[in-house]
Amino acid sequence: MGGGHIYRIIEKERLSDEIVKIEVEAPLVASKAVSGQFVMIRLREGGERIPLTISGCDPERGTITIIFQEVGKTTLDLGRLKPGDSILNLAGPLGRPPELKRFGTVVCVGGGVGIAPVLFRARVLKELGNRIISIIGARSRDMLILKEEMEEVSDRLYVTTDDGSLGQKGFVTDPLRDVLSDEQVDLVVAIGPIGMMKAVSGVAAEFGVKTAVSLNPIMLDGTGMCGSCRVIVGGEVRFACVDGPEFDGGLVDFDALLLRNRRYLEEEEISLKRARGCESHEKAGSSKAYQELR
Amino acid sequence: MRKQDPARRIRNFDEVALGFDEDEAVSEAERCLQCPRPWCVRGCPVGVDIPGFIRAIRERRFEDGIRIIWEKNALPAVCGRVCPHEAQCEGLCALSRGCSRYLTEEGKARIDRFLSRSNLIHRRRRPVSIGALERFLADYAAANGIRPLRGESKKEGRVALVGSGPASLAAAGELSRMGYSVTVFEALHAPGGVLRYGIPGFRLPKEVVDREIKQLEEMGVCFRCDVVIGRTLTVEELLEDFDAVFIGSGAGTPGWMGIEGESLNGIYSANEFLTRVNLMEAHRFPETDTPISVGRRVATVGGGNVAMDAARTALRLGAEESIILYRRREEEMPARKEEIENAKEEGVRFELLVAPIRYIGDENGWVREVECIRMEPGEVDASGRARPVPVEGSEFRMEVDTVIVAIGQRPNPLIPMTTPGLELGRIGNIITDEDGRTSKEGVFAGGDIASGAATVILAMGAGIRAARAIGRYIEDRRKQRSDGKYVSKDTYTG
Ligand SMILES: Cc1cc2nc3c(=O)[nH]c(=O)nc-3n(C[C@H](O)[C@H](O)[C@H](O)COP(=O)(O)OP(=O)(O)OC[C@H]3O[C@@H](n4cnc5c(N)ncnc54)[C@H](O)[C@@H]3O)c2cc1C
Ligand SMILES: Cc1cc2nc3c(=O)[nH]c(=O)nc-3n(C[C@H](O)[C@H](O)[C@H](O)COP(=O)(O)OP(=O)(O)OC[C@H]3O[C@@H](n4cnc5c(N)ncnc54)[C@H](O)[C@@H]3O)c2cc1C
Ligand code: SF4
Ligand code: SF4
Ligand code: FES
Repeated sequence: MGGGHIYRIIEKERLSDEIVKIEVEAPLVASKAVSGQFVMIRLREGGERIPLTISGCDPERGTITIIFQEVGKTTLDLGRLKPGDSILNLAGPLGRPPELKRFGTVVCVGGGVGIAPVLFRARVLKELGNRIISIIGARSRDMLILKEEMEEVSDRLYVTTDDGSLGQKGFVTDPLRDVLSDEQVDLVVAIGPIGMMKAVSGVAAEFGVKTAVSLNPIMLDGTGMCGSCRVIVGGEVRFACVDGPEFDGGLVDFDALLLRNRRYLEEEEISLKRARGCESHEKAGSSKAYQELR
Repeated sequence: MRKQDPARRIRNFDEVALGFDEDEAVSEAERCLQCPRPWCVRGCPVGVDIPGFIRAIRERRFEDGIRIIWEKNALPAVCGRVCPHEAQCEGLCALSRGCSRYLTEEGKARIDRFLSRSNLIHRRRRPVSIGALERFLADYAAANGIRPLRGESKKEGRVALVGSGPASLAAAGELSRMGYSVTVFEALHAPGGVLRYGIPGFRLPKEVVDREIKQLEEMGVCFRCDVVIGRTLTVEELLEDFDAVFIGSGAGTPGWMGIEGESLNGIYSANEFLTRVNLMEAHRFPETDTPISVGRRVATVGGGNVAMDAARTALRLGAEESIILYRRREEEMPARKEEIENAKEEGVRFELLVAPIRYIGDENGWVREVECIRMEPGEVDASGRARPVPVEGSEFRMEVDTVIVAIGQRPNPLIPMTTPGLELGRIGNIITDEDGRTSKEGVFAGGDIASGAATVILAMGAGIRAARAIGRYIEDRRKQRSDGKYVSKDTYTG
């Protein structure tokens, strides 16, 4: 029922152990999407609706790019689809389009799978005449994605890993502090784990610079109807799917978001076991990422 | 009407009310007085010929009966189940004289005169169960493959409907009967609006909704799900491809009280709670992927249909206690009377004249207690009900592990936000005239997006009126065009 469009996967590439890039046919979405917006997808009957950021789009080909990390049932199932397979439902582009203009110098900070949307943003901002300084980080060398692409679009690129296996050992805030001390920066964009976005917003605020962060609360409809995605920004309740997902990081209550994202830990564990059950011999990519989420 | 036994039904999501069989329907129909100037019809927002279809039931002409209803109401299987009958058709039925709150003094006097003339004054106790009879005919039609007749000849003209709730469904039926080609755009992955994601299956089985939508598809209506108007396509873009646009996007944005702790884990809006179950089938987790968490003690805040649905759903998901917190008295609850009774039978506890003022959580951010204050009825307010006034010093706390907030919904802002030229009202509703015309040429609206949260049948009534106005609008424009007075559609919208 509902005369569904076919959202076919036309290309797929594994960027790391746990991170997958797919290109999906969705012409209407591709013709409209801008950096910062997302789609809600549902893989099959009985499947969950999950939000994923649009990490690129090609209006001519009628496709969008999605880069996701396998952390639980739905993302693992999505990671198993092959070119030619299709996704049952896909709606978008959702979310308020962010301000995209010439700011001057923009520092783009990406952590983990967050590097994917940051690359899209850096490309757009570069084209609009901004100077781009980028900082990307991951736990270790083989978790770091899209380094070459980031290099290409950035006037300067810093790389950090938690274990020092690539670039600087440490956290993205270390080079950020240096950049902010040395340079006149007009905007920071930070997309990645909640803890990272919180830390980056804190450091930028010390230097009086605003940070745009992209929040990832648990969503259900993505159309402003349920309030599952409510976050506290500047002391007020906002719905990330329609008022965001981008907000001024200086105003976001990140701790509340962390607690709210742990609402379904038990259920997620059950689902994950079921997802793993079907692939007992395969390596279930996500163990580390998943443990870290706990 | 027969019902599922309360002890059993709180373990399943099957329909509670079981409906009439043929003999029961005929004998209920025989109670109708066939009033010469039927009061009941005045209570029906779409003016169904009630004595007409009841007469058909009496005479066992069931197919005629359903066709009489279809003339005015495209979704009788839905309305028969969820219309607030006691405030509409049944509330004005002559036989409800002894129990209705909705008859005026003058109406009562006229009914008394009529009943005593016919020596029937002793019968004035219980209205004819009009809704149940309507449902009977709709289910009879479905079981016997009786279909609405197809539209007349095809007309030139394309209409886009935004949202697939009762307002759009009714408009779709009417427009396609008139011969226009109709496309319905729905943001979610399944059509039906509140009928799909809000009203639970134990009141309105999802198969009934599927059936009504399939019937529209058979009439040629095209449903496009996953299209969020304002984002995927804008209203302005629709106007480039369609001759007119109807907005039926509903009142889907949940209201909050703005009190301390409302974002704690375990606190749901009723929309989220009901959507997880009705649309996403979270009650079948982990067979399905969407989770829901329901604790032992569940408090639902509110007194409308939405609150009853949430409190009763919580029981079915395994809550040991389900408590309604409502700030007024029972007689002031806006919920359908039948559903308040059903909730009580199932063991929902009512805490009346009580309002939450704060939620208290544990160190992991989960709600553990709700602090409430007792209320007393004060002066009568604009809604004709006593305004509740907090009683100072009456605060008390109650242990809870799940809270469902069901204090009302506001119109969804997405379309108003993305459509220049739409005049809006105080609560962000779209302003229309009687026929659903908005301030923007070619754009019509109706249902909850225009009226604020109301009822299924009012939304349908608005959809039908707008459909007729759309028909006139398209024909007028065509005439103007052929008279040469009007520029063609392309240059107009361009
Ligand atoms: C606006 C937005 C954009 C996002 N973009 C991306 C992206 O581009 N790439 C990417 O890898 N991830 C993205 N995410 C996160 C992604 O939605 C979750 O990883 C995904 O929902 C996990 O589902 P699962 O069933 O695989 O895992 P689960 O085991 O269900 O959950 C793992 C974790 O993901 C989060 N999560 C679970 N369900 C949801 C849900 N329905 N909505 C949101 N978060 C949920 C929870 O914090 C949970 O702890 C985005 C989230 C948001 C809100
Ligand atoms: C839990 C609950 C119980 C109820 N019980 C009763 C009852 O017993 N009796 C009764 O008469 N009434 C009841 N009501 C009220 C009744 O359901 C509504 O008044 C009625 O559904 C309004 O119809 P509508 O067509 O205006 O909008 P809705 O039914 O709200 O449908 C609107 C649709 O539009 C879609 N939409 C929104 N924005 C967009 C967009 N931008 N693009 C595309 N699609 C969009 C939504 O997803 C939704 O599907 C209840 C309501 C609820 C929530
Ligand atoms: S549509 Fe509703 S109000 Fe009208 S007759 Fe049917 S049940 Fe009564
Ligand atoms: S008012 Fe009641 S008794 Fe009279 S025609 Fe209507 S249903 Fe029958
Ligand atoms: S996801 Fe439901 S309101 Fe945002």
